[in-house]
Amino acid sequence: MPKLSYLKAMNRALADSLDRDQSVFLLGEDIRVAASNLTAGLLTRFGPDRVLDTPLSEQAFTNFATGAALAGMRPVIEFQIPSLLFLVFEQIANQAHKFSLMTGGQCRVPVTYVVTGSGSRTGWAGQHSDHPYTLLAHVGVKTVVPAAPTDAYGLLVSAIRDDDPVVFFAPSAALGVREDVDFTTLAPVPVGVGRVARSGDDVTVVAIGHLVHDALSVADELAGHGISVEVFDPRTVYPLDLDGLAASVAKTRRLVVIDDSNRTSGFAAEILAVAAERFTLDAPPRRVTRPDGAVLPFALALDRAIQPDRDQLVAAINAVLEDR
Amino acid sequence: MSTADLYRTVRLIRRFEERAIEFVRSGEIVGGIHPYVGQEAIAAGVCAALTPDDVITSTHRGHGHVLARGVDPRQLLAELMGRESGLNKGRGGSMHAADFSLGILGANAIVGAAASIATGAAWAHRRQGRDTVAVTFFGDGAMNEGMLLEALNLAALWRVPVIFVCENNGYATTMPVESAVAGSITGRAEAFGIPAYIVDGQDPETVLEATTAAVERARAGEGPTFMECMTYRFDAHHTFEHRARLDYRSADQVAFGRSRDPVVIQGARLPDDERAAVDAEIEAVLDAAAGFALGSAHPDPAEALKYLYAVMP
Ligand SMILES: Cc1ncc(C[n+]2csc(CCOP(=O)(O)OP(=O)(O)O)c2C)c(N)n1
Ligand SMILES: [Mg+2]
Repeated sequence: MPKLSYLKAMNRALADSLDRDQSVFLLGEDIRVAASNLTAGLLTRFGPDRVLDTPLSEQAFTNFATGAALAGMRPVIEFQIPSLLFLVFEQIANQAHKFSLMTGGQCRVPVTYVVTGSGSRTGWAGQHSDHPYTLLAHVGVKTVVPAAPTDAYGLLVSAIRDDDPVVFFAPSAALGVREDVDFTTLAPVPVGVGRVARSGDDVTVVAIGHLVHDALSVADELAGHGISVEVFDPRTVYPLDLDGLAASVAKTRRLVVIDDSNRTSGFAAEILAVAAERFTLDAPPRRVTRPDGAVLPFALALDRAIQPDRDQLVAAINAVLEDR
Repeated sequence: MSTADLYRTVRLIRRFEERAIEFVRSGEIVGGIHPYVGQEAIAAGVCAALTPDDVITSTHRGHGHVLARGVDPRQLLAELMGRESGLNKGRGGSMHAADFSLGILGANAIVGAAASIATGAAWAHRRQGRDTVAVTFFGDGAMNEGMLLEALNLAALWRVPVIFVCENNGYATTMPVESAVAGSITGRAEAFGIPAYIVDGQDPETVLEATTAAVERARAGEGPTFMECMTYRFDAHHTFEHRARLDYRSADQVAFGRSRDPVVIQGARLPDDERAAVDAEIEAVLDAAAGFALGSAHPDPAEALKYLYAVMP
């Protein structure tokens, strides 16, 4: 079976969406030559009218996309770096997201915002290494962070078809992930639906994005020690798949979250709050996150020291299983 | 558009605003408004040059724009009072009036934000093979927002059929334009290769003429035009000023500013009896609007977040 990489899956999702719907177009910086490789081949196939290179004017072109969406188009914006979302936070959170409610439902803003390479890129330091998916979730913008190529394909297609703004994070550490897939089986994945990435009985590990792969290898490792880990991948940060999460935790009654957000008010904090409100647990839950207010330092050892890792995850799992 | 029609528009806006200010005082309108009083000629003249398929974006001071575009005063007033029958079903209020059926892509409360939205909409229309133009209104204060300058660049670069209408009323809240804008406003547009004109914003006929030329240019595929309409805000920046007097405009200056009143200027072009008939007609429309708005239901708190998403799983 052919191998599908995460980035190639996204590229296919864009191509299929452009092919299927004339109202879809792409805009962003250096996308015609495909500097990030996301848009490779699309200029040749779909032409310059549908693959629009923009000047470095993130705020204007993000609102430009909102305007085009109000006029019936489905723009897809690629952002070169995750922190550009800080620059256009107003245009997403305060403009695109608010139009539907503020107009009493008169309009729709189907814009997709794609960050190719979110989180640490290894060696890109403080201003290129953020992972602000919690921020978007907090304001209520639909936010997806797929872990696997098939989900990257399926969620990008769904994000583009969605009638609301959707932010799509493609973690840098997941871009190289490959899957054996029959391309004909690639299909949309609904926004807001998680998946059990590995079934287990003793503890639920909630992991998102590239950390799903870390959680899976920890689960493998711990299986050898008689610990059965279930890995739940919400895939969508907002809206959260509460039912899927509840079903997993009802089975294991123990919970650990691994999340590449800063700790305070991060995604893991939300999962733990949900657990406190709704779930019956046999041990206090744990979370593995970036530290509070983290800025990723440049030196490799420091960059790694800030990110949640497998050792921390193993320790957290052992902690919630201590009394067993 | 006839002389009488332009008069009807400026007079409607003026009287709508005066009545709205009364409703702010009486507490029927919560949160206050940014009165458009004094600037009516710009909305009237610009919108008179448009066809029904064209689109506009408006501002925090937007009642005039949407009324000139043909919004039902009953629905606008109901919106200001936060009623379910309002233009935005009471979810937008004074600063967000939108009517997509009239090509009003919303009033935007973030200074300078709408220009790029209008540019995107106009670009999309052209892409769809439509012959429409977009007009984006904004104040002198918006000329210092980077996003607006970025929008001028995109519009010029891609020859987007959008008309930038700067309403220079001399102040951004209390900040005088001469203390805020280095160089000149039209000079900034010209720097992007956009033809820019200074227009008398107190005379609806002059504004109409200038806009007509800009619309023709845009429809002919020649790209954006910039109009700096010189005007004066007769009333407060926002009705909060009626309670907290801010000292930034001299009495002399206000008197001078008010001496060129767009309603008087356009009214003088009509015979007295004709003008009186229009005035009476407008009072009747606004009486009906007040009755409609005051009699309309308040939204149900259980539906506070209705319309937040188009679809939600
Ligand atoms: C980006 C932004 N900054 C500040 C404000 C607060 N504010 C609202 S209106 C206004 C003045 C705007 O001046 P101008 O653009 O000249 O329009 P005018 O009020 O004179 O019509 C300010 C500062 C805002 N709404 N948006
Ligand atoms: Mg001003």
